[in-house]
Amino acid sequence: MQNLEALKNLLYRLADDFLIMGHRDSEWIGLGPILEEDIAFASMAQDKVGYSLSFYTLLHELGEADPDTIAFKREAIHFKCAQFVEMPIQDYAFSLIRHFFFDYAADTRIQALKNSSYDKLRDLANKISRELKYHCMHAKTMVTQIAKGNEDGNSRLQEAVNTAFPMALSLFEPTEFCEELAQAGICPTEASLQKEWLQRITPLLIEASLSLPQVPEPNPYYGGRKGYHTDYLDELIQEMTAVIRLEPEAVW
Amino acid sequence: MYGNLTIIEIDNFGKKIEEEDPIKLAEFEARIARGEKIEPQDWMPFEYRKQLIRMIEQHAHSEIIGALPEGTWITRAPGFKRKLALMAKVQDEVGHAQLLYAAAETLGKSREEMIQDLLNGKSKYSNVFNYPAVTWADTAIIAWLIDAGAIINQVTNSKGSYGPYCRALERICAEESFHLRYGYDTCVHLATGTPSQRKMLQDALNRWWTPIMHFHGPPDKISVHGEKLMKWKVKLASNDEMRQQFLDMYVPKIWELGLEIPDPNLHKNPETGKWEYTEPDWNEFMRVINGDGPCNKERLAVRRYAEEKGRWVRMALLRKEEKYVVPLA
Ligand SMILES: [Fe+2]
Ligand SMILES: [Fe+2]
Ligand SMILES: [Fe+2]
Repeated sequence: MQNLEALKNLLYRLADDFLIMGHRDSEWIGLGPILEEDIAFASMAQDKVGYSLSFYTLLHELGEADPDTIAFKREAIHFKCAQFVEMPIQDYAFSLIRHFFFDYAADTRIQALKNSSYDKLRDLANKISRELKYHCMHAKTMVTQIAKGNEDGNSRLQEAVNTAFPMALSLFEPTEFCEELAQAGICPTEASLQKEWLQRITPLLIEASLSLPQVPEPNPYYGGRKGYHTDYLDELIQEMTAVIRLEPEAVW
Repeated sequence: MYGNLTIIEIDNFGKKIEEEDPIKLAEFEARIARGEKIEPQDWMPFEYRKQLIRMIEQHAHSEIIGALPEGTWITRAPGFKRKLALMAKVQDEVGHAQLLYAAAETLGKSREEMIQDLLNGKSKYSNVFNYPAVTWADTAIIAWLIDAGAIINQVTNSKGSYGPYCRALERICAEESFHLRYGYDTCVHLATGTPSQRKMLQDALNRWWTPIMHFHGPPDKISVHGEKLMKWKVKLASNDEMRQQFLDMYVPKIWELGLEIPDPNLHKNPETGKWEYTEPDWNEFMRVINGDGPCNKERLAVRRYAEEKGRWVRMALLRKEEKYVVPLA
């Protein structure tokens, strides 16, 4: 198969982003500001972990280990997720803004993958995009309502935007496979996806009276795609594998 | 999840039953006797309303507090299958709380007031959630046997007289049966797994046996329960009846997995057809209900933390022109 290495790299990035983001989202169960948010985050967490499973399954079909092995028995250095998804959930303002940035980014990419030349990716993108639409809708509704609700809500979300935006750009960190994937029609370049994402979120933020901050160059949050991660990822993996490591060969 | 109907206290606050309109009261009782459901806009005696609010509210609290011991294991669940199932289960439990708060609100108490009463200790929740889930196997035991106990309780209560509560329970029971299957499947894997997995499961059962025996509340001979509550179909079966039903359905299954139940006296009396057992420590039960269990403080602290950290969000979402809660009573 042509472009196999590039394709696997893309699938790892997708799968790892969804797994770690879903894992983080699930940490809100029991801690949300209203029960409806506990439920919303729990439900989006399941969807995301479910997508990661689908992408790991594609990887398995391409010769990689089985999904449980890839996800639960790999060291941080082999993960390809963006540093953005590794960050702890912090307060609700940060988590909500991350959810907004992440889901619009994921949706932008998945929409593009509906035209991928790789048929299995295309099929999966078609399936996923039907649900991701609702994740975006939820993010947009909550951000708008809170940011326009009162001054305090607006200033907390603005602060979260200032913190999260440079991190969010790490979702589009260029990789060595960018051009190859674009040329093969598998996935557009990171630069073009980022541009499209910005075009989608900017009017929504303006509508919510929020603005995007300047970002330092080079972006300090780049590195995840190459295996450079924050310590948070290692902590997360230690926790995620705490039970499985007790008896790695057992069936749980 | 829910147990211990007996924590309903009968106090003398509010309108006494003798002060109710006798004609309306007789009509009300006749309707219940005919098997009709009471709906929010219907007339009902003050005490009926009060007891139902208390019961549904405690049930709702049990669901959100109950989500905590298992919730902390979502991030550690071993493998995709378990991780996805546990997320779904805990999400369901929070959803049950939401449904139940809505049912209680139809009786005139807002969700905010109920949560305040949970935090200030005025309102209780099921005792079992004051015990810790020490290992992964504890979550398996909870999902199987605590949810099993809850199903017995909830199926019983779904035959009660208050319409909104019955309908909420019907939906809840459908989801609980999925929890039970998940819990049983997880237990089976541990029971048939490696020696250390089996030990982990046995240890968890040993830890949870007392809370399981406590689940349906004190024995009938020491618990006061009103005839009135039975007549009004607020309470439909006695604690011992529900406990017998639980033992009948689950003790054989526990033994089948090769587990040992930590009560040498547990056996079914062939003559009476009833299970006999060592009474669990009911003083411990009372102590834990009244706030002195291994996790009471921690559980409420988490709830309080979520409430406080989330206040600004609720304030920002508040629309003065909209009233979110319109109590029907
Ligand atoms: Fe439940
Ligand atoms: Fe439950
Ligand atoms: Fe349950």
